[in-house]
Amino acid sequence: MMTIARRFAIPLAVVVLLLAFPLATTGFYLEFTSKVMILAIFALSLELLVGATGLVSLGHAAYYGIAAYATVLLSPKFGAASGFWLLPATVACSALYALLVGALSLRTRGVYFIMVTLAFAQMAYYVFHDTKLGGGTDGIYLNFKPEVVLFGTKLFDPGKPVALYYVVLVSLVLVFLFLAVLLKSRFGRVLAGIKSNEQRMRAAGFATFPYKLAAFTLAGALAGLAGFLVAVKDGFVNPEMLSWHESGAVLLMLILGGMGRLSGAVLGAFAFALLQLFFQWEVVFGNFAKHWLLMFGGTIILCVAFMPNGLIGLPAQWRARRARKTMEEARA
Amino acid sequence: MDLPTFLVQCLNALQYGLLLFLVASGLTLIFGIMGVINLAHGSFYMIGAYLAFSLAPVFGGNFAATLVAGLMLAVIFGYALEWLFVSYLYERDHLQQVLMTYGLILVFEELRSILVDNDVHGVPVPKWLDGSVQLGDLMQYPVYRLAISAVCLAVAAALYVVIARTRLGMMIRAGSSNREMVQSLGINIKFLYRVVFAAGVALAVLAGMIAAPVSSVYPGMGAQVLIICFVVVVIGGIGSVRGAFLASLLVGIVDTFGKVLFPEAAGVSIYLLMAAILLWKPEGLFRQG
Repeated sequence: MMTIARRFAIPLAVVVLLLAFPLATTGFYLEFTSKVMILAIFALSLELLVGATGLVSLGHAAYYGIAAYATVLLSPKFGAASGFWLLPATVACSALYALLVGALSLRTRGVYFIMVTLAFAQMAYYVFHDTKLGGGTDGIYLNFKPEVVLFGTKLFDPGKPVALYYVVLVSLVLVFLFLAVLLKSRFGRVLAGIKSNEQRMRAAGFATFPYKLAAFTLAGALAGLAGFLVAVKDGFVNPEMLSWHESGAVLLMLILGGMGRLSGAVLGAFAFALLQLFFQWEVVFGNFAKHWLLMFGGTIILCVAFMPNGLIGLPAQWRARRARKTMEEARA
Repeated sequence: MDLPTFLVQCLNALQYGLLLFLVASGLTLIFGIMGVINLAHGSFYMIGAYLAFSLAPVFGGNFAATLVAGLMLAVIFGYALEWLFVSYLYERDHLQQVLMTYGLILVFEELRSILVDNDVHGVPVPKWLDGSVQLGDLMQYPVYRLAISAVCLAVAAALYVVIARTRLGMMIRAGSSNREMVQSLGINIKFLYRVVFAAGVALAVLAGMIAAPVSSVYPGMGAQVLIICFVVVVIGGIGSVRGAFLASLLVGIVDTFGKVLFPEAAGVSIYLLMAAILLWKPEGLFRQG
């Protein structure tokens, strides 16, 4: 009973808090929270690969960036696109590239897989960085954000930050629920089996390659959703969205939050963004705030040293320590 | 492309490739022997370049003295770093190594920004190497770049001798294939790791110091080198110094000629090379046992 309450109470409380958040604030904090929730979707998409299937990709920003670029490039020059076709189209772009990359890179494993995914992401990065297709290094603006109009009424007006905030929140909840159900399904069980021992899964009669490819493509598509949302939110994309720094950052969110649990990805995205925000706070750190990276880096190092299972693993870590202590006391 | 231009590009490719080898050899040793993914390795290159810049006034512009002092500092620094941070990572997951060494990158970059600044600096080429060689009628080639290649080749040869012919090299090779076995034969593996790590740091710092006069010294130079060196390590096969040597020359050639022949696709060329090689040989060219 207790565990069920704990399992559903905390996520529910978080969602209610996030739903009520726009009542309390506007402006910067609203935009910031929207951004972090988009990052959480991005992190969740990578969690499907890294945490659930055990495939570490260092090129995940490619799918995020490709969808963002597709959002801008597919939008008509004059006038707003309809979200009804723009969203599926952009997500399809990312999914297609993920399918192609997955088909080739899943032939390698381990560190080699990390590097091949990086290589394909760098290729996409240089396509946008070096050619005129997307405005080169300067990036490109989205002049008209997509609208969602149904029977003559505007369901979504991208000009309003609050509207965007709720769209992002709903997307995050839907992605989370979708992945939760997916991982409980037969498909998710197979992925878990591949993570723990691929050889054994193959011996048990599963053709593992199609499962891995499906997970890879799906992760690319979900990252595409995050890329679409960020392009609509910012109205601007640049090649840095596809860079390996971005791929590294999203991986860091997962590790920080804790691997193997969906809530770890969300927690990691929030912790990552809040830590950055905190160390840039001039009220607390004064002039030293411009050297925030020093403290951020130091914190990351301490996190690795003291929380091997990430933030989400902390309660279990504490419980284990307490149990050990009582054991020792009982023995003494 | 006429012959002198081709020759100049060949020399450039050679110099770039050999410089990459200095950084990548340390990376592949640390990776292959200690099993640590060290993202901070590019930072050591950056630190080397900044050492060349900030130590130069101390030694009155004497490049050789700067080099020796920088290398000594590098060995001490690498030794301390292994002891303080890296030694905690051996038993850990690869992803945690990625996270911690990423944290180290941020710390190094910020310390650099606090201790020096964020400007681009130049380091003068030492006087006695500040000439050029005539190539054909119109082309000249700077002596300093030839000197870089020569130094790198000497280091590569020394590395080969140490690894293939000495007792230390034997321990290093053994350590890369089976850690427990080496330990049970009575070899102090902790000390061995510390030496390997310090040597890797020293190699990267050396590369940064000798590259400083030609590439100038700027923030973010470490990140650029890091990714390319990972490409080199993976193409060559993790843990193989011989593989790293061939792969760095290959990457040097492909990158240099890619920039000349297809300037539009210059950035993509080495990644295409890597993807092609890994699809052909999924474990790199020379995977160690």
